[in-house]
Amino acid sequence: MEKSQIEFRNVSFRYHDDSPWVLKNVSFTIHSDEWLAIIGHNGSGKSTIAKLMNGLLFPQEGEIYVSGEKVVPETIWDVRKQVGMVFQNPDNQFVGTTVRDDVAFGMENHGLPREVMVERIQESLDAVGMQEYERQEPHRLSGGQKQRVAIASVLAVSPKYMIFDEATAMLDPKGRMEIMQTIRDLQSERSLSVVTITHDLREVTQADRVIVMNDGEVWMEGTPRDVFSKKNRLVEIGLDTPFVSKLAEEMKSAGLPLSREPLNHQELLEELWTLDSTR
Amino acid sequence: MDIRFDKVSYVYQPNSPFEHRALNNLSFSIESGSFVAIIGHTGSGKSTLLQHLNGLVQPTDGEVTIGPYQLKAGVKNKQLRELREKVGVVFQYPEHQLFEETVAKDIAFGPENFGVDQEEVQARVKDAAKATQLDNSLLDRSPFDLSGGQMRRVAISGVLAMNPEVLVLDEPTAGLDPSGQREIMEMFNRLHEEKQLTTILVTHSMEDALSYADHILILNHGEVYREGPPLDIFKQKEALEDVQLDVPEVIEFLSKVKEQHGVEIPYEGQTIAELAKELAEMVRGGRDHE
Repeated sequence: MEKSQIEFRNVSFRYHDDSPWVLKNVSFTIHSDEWLAIIGHNGSGKSTIAKLMNGLLFPQEGEIYVSGEKVVPETIWDVRKQVGMVFQNPDNQFVGTTVRDDVAFGMENHGLPREVMVERIQESLDAVGMQEYERQEPHRLSGGQKQRVAIASVLAVSPKYMIFDEATAMLDPKGRMEIMQTIRDLQSERSLSVVTITHDLREVTQADRVIVMNDGEVWMEGTPRDVFSKKNRLVEIGLDTPFVSKLAEEMKSAGLPLSREPLNHQELLEELWTLDSTR
Repeated sequence: MDIRFDKVSYVYQPNSPFEHRALNNLSFSIESGSFVAIIGHTGSGKSTLLQHLNGLVQPTDGEVTIGPYQLKAGVKNKQLRELREKVGVVFQYPEHQLFEETVAKDIAFGPENFGVDQEEVQARVKDAAKATQLDNSLLDRSPFDLSGGQMRRVAISGVLAMNPEVLVLDEPTAGLDPSGQREIMEMFNRLHEEKQLTTILVTHSMEDALSYADHILILNHGEVYREGPPLDIFKQKEALEDVQLDVPEVIEFLSKVKEQHGVEIPYEGQTIAELAKELAEMVRGGRDHE
């Protein structure tokens, strides 16, 4: 196994002995430097996966490996240094009275020396474009800014993997854009695997790979293009396809031959352009 | 019920260093029976506005009129209880407010609290559960054993059991999966029609504002920035971007088609299938390039 990946091996999990299985024999791998999206209906097990990855929960069956190390109570502190999490509600993630205190908090927990902390506060606030807000009170920031600070706090611990559990769900359109841009920038600048758990289908189209969960099982694994070509079947399991996929499908029904499954506006426009110039 | 805001201002922590003017001389009116979407970036004043609608806060200045009820700066309103019976508010993540042992008890809590007699309460519980498509078999279960989507329906049923005339929805689909989002919005749309409600939807989803509202109000810095029918509002892409909002995806796409192909396909509420036909017509030359 590669050193820089997360692996789920035949993982099953339930919250109590007498409650139904939330995850059933789930196996998959998150590779280094990739952007993986996990989608699925409410209750499909997505968030449980996130909590298992950094030892907030432990499976009853199967094993989870982070960079080659098995996730067990004895290893969670090491695992948590590597696996950072950003959650849905930005207001629930603040502990410090200023932005810089907040970014420092995680590092303090990991016992980093002061000089390193000072340096990393700058570096991580820079990375999310919040360097000017260092001395501000977190509650005065906009939703998108708060989430960027939350991301900076995680970055400061220098994780190998970052998990975003519906991190844009409570944001306004601008806030969502800010977060997606921040994730793209981080991925292009550092060695980092990103896992986004989301209901937002346009966000999914930006990932390298998608895992679709259904009733606690891996229903499908593939590129966004593969996944969104399964239109009707996605709807059956409580999901949907993005606007572009729907429009492309209807265009095919209207008799327009498309050369491939378009994923975003640009690709669909290119298809139209080709059709328009060859008629 | 008709709703009118007349020069309403609301100031948090006045005369302190933290003074913050959330609503600023805000005036607008909502006709009884309409479906209004209120949009605006985080901090634009949406939540403060919403809290005025059932008297959770009182204007610092100006006057709010909701049907026969008035909230006026400096005047104590003695009919708040009645107002709260008429205006049902579904707050964000309303399932966090569930607390009773059974679904039925949770739905009954509101009307019981307002002194509705038992027989009537039971009838309302059944009606409300039906309206939100909660199966009767769930009524005796603990609400905490249900899925997230079902819990939200229970919480909404509790609001409906008050028989409100005005329904205020604060991001009712946040956190739900795509099917759940669609089902909940279709449900509110149906209730709006059937019960002839006045519905006020606070949302970050431009798609929902476009699909369901007949009127849109955009807030910015506690003031009305734009208002009008959705199709007019969403023609103003730049004006929306100036206040950190965007246009629904269908309109964004059609504006790119216009840029690249020089062909304007105006959006008038067509279905995706209808749009596909118009695009097919365009590339087959059915429409002349301008």
